[in-house]
Amino acid sequence: MKGTEWELPRQDVCGKEWKLLALYSSQALHAVEVESSSSIPMVVLKVFFPSCCSSAESGLLVGHWIPEQNSAVILAVVHFPFIPVQVKQYLSEVRQVTQVNVSVLGTWSNCKKKEESLSEFLEDLGTIFSHEPWIQLCKETDSKFWSCSIIQKHPSTPKEDEIILVYYDQRKVMLSHLHPPGNLTNSTDHKAEDASKLAILFDTVAKSKVLFMKDRYDDGPIKLTHWQSEGVEASIIVELMKQASIPVCMLLTFLLSFVSSVCKSRVLKFWPLCFIWSKLSTCEQLGHRLEHLQVISSNRKAQNQPQLMRKANIFVSLLADVALGILLMSWLYRKNRIGHLADTLIPVADHVAKELQDLLQWLMGVPAGLKMNRALDQVLGRFFLYHIHLWISYIHLMSPFIEMILWYVGLSACLGLTVALSILSDIIALLTFHIYCFYVYGARLYCLKIYGLSSLWRLFRGKKWNVLRQRVDSCSYDLDQLFIGTLLFTILLFLLPTTALYYLVFTLLRLLVVVVQGLIHLLVDLIDSLPLYSILLRLCRSYRLAAGVKFRVLEQKTGKPLRLLMQINPLSYGSVVQTYRLPTYSCYPKDSWGSLCKKLFLGELIYPWKHKGEKQD
Amino acid sequence: MEEREDCIALQCRQYSASCREFSVRCQPVQLRSLSAATCSVWLAAYWLFVLTQNSMVLSAAIFITLIGLIVYLHFVKIDQESLLVIASLGIQMTSSYASGKENTTFIEMSRVKDVVINEAIYMQKVIYYLCILLRDPLDPQSVSEVVPLFQ
Repeated sequence: MKGTEWELPRQDVCGKEWKLLALYSSQALHAVEVESSSSIPMVVLKVFFPSCCSSAESGLLVGHWIPEQNSAVILAVVHFPFIPVQVKQYLSEVRQVTQVNVSVLGTWSNCKKKEESLSEFLEDLGTIFSHEPWIQLCKETDSKFWSCSIIQKHPSTPKEDEIILVYYDQRKVMLSHLHPPGNLTNSTDHKAEDASKLAILFDTVAKSKVLFMKDRYDDGPIKLTHWQSEGVEASIIVELMKQASIPVCMLLTFLLSFVSSVCKSRVLKFWPLCFIWSKLSTCEQLGHRLEHLQVISSNRKAQNQPQLMRKANIFVSLLADVALGILLMSWLYRKNRIGHLADTLIPVADHVAKELQDLLQWLMGVPAGLKMNRALDQVLGRFFLYHIHLWISYIHLMSPFIEMILWYVGLSACLGLTVALSILSDIIALLTFHIYCFYVYGARLYCLKIYGLSSLWRLFRGKKWNVLRQRVDSCSYDLDQLFIGTLLFTILLFLLPTTALYYLVFTLLRLLVVVVQGLIHLLVDLIDSLPLYSILLRLCRSYRLAAGVKFRVLEQKTGKPLRLLMQINPLSYGSVVQTYRLPTYSCYPKDSWGSLCKKLFLGELIYPWKHKGEKQD
Repeated sequence: MEEREDCIALQCRQYSASCREFSVRCQPVQLRSLSAATCSVWLAAYWLFVLTQNSMVLSAAIFITLIGLIVYLHFVKIDQESLLVIASLGIQMTSSYASGKENTTFIEMSRVKDVVINEAIYMQKVIYYLCILLRDPLDPQSVSEVVPLFQ
């Protein structure tokens, strides 16, 4: 083991010395890396050995040989005594079931000191189970360094083979799922040579589960040692739950089909009702959750890992949601908080209405020092004041029933925190309905005014909008047309500040309500799409979500093969969330900032949130 | 020990004919700069306390100092970076932070196209850095990613 050290002053790091240093490093890397090209001066043989078999007794090495990568994956050790014919038969059975080319790769001897007779016997075994190349691993007890020799009947290269021993934890590699980086998953027509070596390794171990069923403690002709030989803990609760889940799933599927048939019935499809259902976010959230329940309770087993993770994520997230909802409900109903809430609702609505009335009085006077057009001001102000008066009367009409309604609606929080939040968002929308109406009135007036102004401005300049050609053309107007047009233009222009102010005030109020609703929806989305099960798995059993592997160099001894320990490199939390995010019916802003500003300026109505599945208007 | 200030050290070890490791070590966290930062934060907090007479300022300052130190040691201050090259297996890059956290990336040999020295313009000077070119799986000739080493 050679080593050299340099020390460099930091200022010169970007100068010549760094370039020389980097040159040396890259040359050294090149020398090692050139091995991967076609002209190989030195052949490296890699042996992947499970660390659980290190203390196994002498026997045969059974595993998978990958010729393209010159590597041998050892899966188990077969102990003496055995009958070669039975071993071959067993291996061919395993080959048929697992589609993995399992064969005898060599011998393993673990003894106190080198015995001549044993080594001769092991060499003779090489003739019975012919495999090219034949690996012989020898370990002396109480010694960390093993010796490994390769016997090749027809050596392809005259040079000496270099052997690398890589230890791996069999159980962890079998259970883990490799996530290849970036876009490797997209290409479907992979050539076998391009396929990732690690993926093949993980695949081999995962598919060989059948091999791991027979143990050395079983009574049979073949005695194997692998990760199960060390003993595995199992939980009886998990087993019981697995047995009980089938009837529960069937019951749930039946109930859900009943509920969904009720929902789809014609009664609820009449025009006013279906319009209301589509606008209420609670119904959307409930529909979403229903879909989730259908996914979980379906009888088909998950085909592959992403589907399994998705099911598990939905299940855990639903459980967490319901738990939080029940917690919220218990908090609300203790000390009659719901009653207090209902009692404060009417005064709050009154307060909001009073504030609006004050605002309108302010607008009708001299707001912020601006001088309004008196007549238009009074008309608009009185119109809106009357509207508020109507609204207040309706609220007061409903006040005796508010407490009861709220009490029953609060019970639905047991369906989940997300449902409770959606109900809250809907209540806010209903209570601020008058603000929405004011915004629509103001916007329509303003929009009308702007269009009128632009059209009359064109007339002022002698131009006209050609609807057929969709462009502005010049046009000769008569004198009376010009006269009326200019008059109207002046009137509209001088009335613009008043309308604009009303529009501005109500748009700001509406945007405030939209922002509050948007925040609530964002929270609901977050709870919906967070993959809780994956995060918990990454926290507790991090080897199951693998981003890759990492190698550690163990103690070396000259003359013995290079020893490396292969450990699983878990995925980072960010990539876990990104890979396993649950899809939502997310609302996201329809317009970019630029088009939003343009719409606001022109007075077009803005519907800031677009739901997935809604038709574009 | 004084001349070790402002230095970085490169160490090169060869474990066997097919395996080499290069590690670059930075200077460790200096007690002087640490105490200077802490003192300045606490002096500012004390001055604010004298102005506002609110003791929350002091506890907030202690909190901020602790959190800032933990974040700095765990996410920012890199102690050592090493490159382990194993023939026909791949290249492994490890960065270890001052708090002991280790961040490892392993690139298989089949994905590596070449190791080059690249130039970059940083502020007013040109710096050279070592990087690995990765092969694009769909088109073996083109380069899909450039991975800089020894950040």
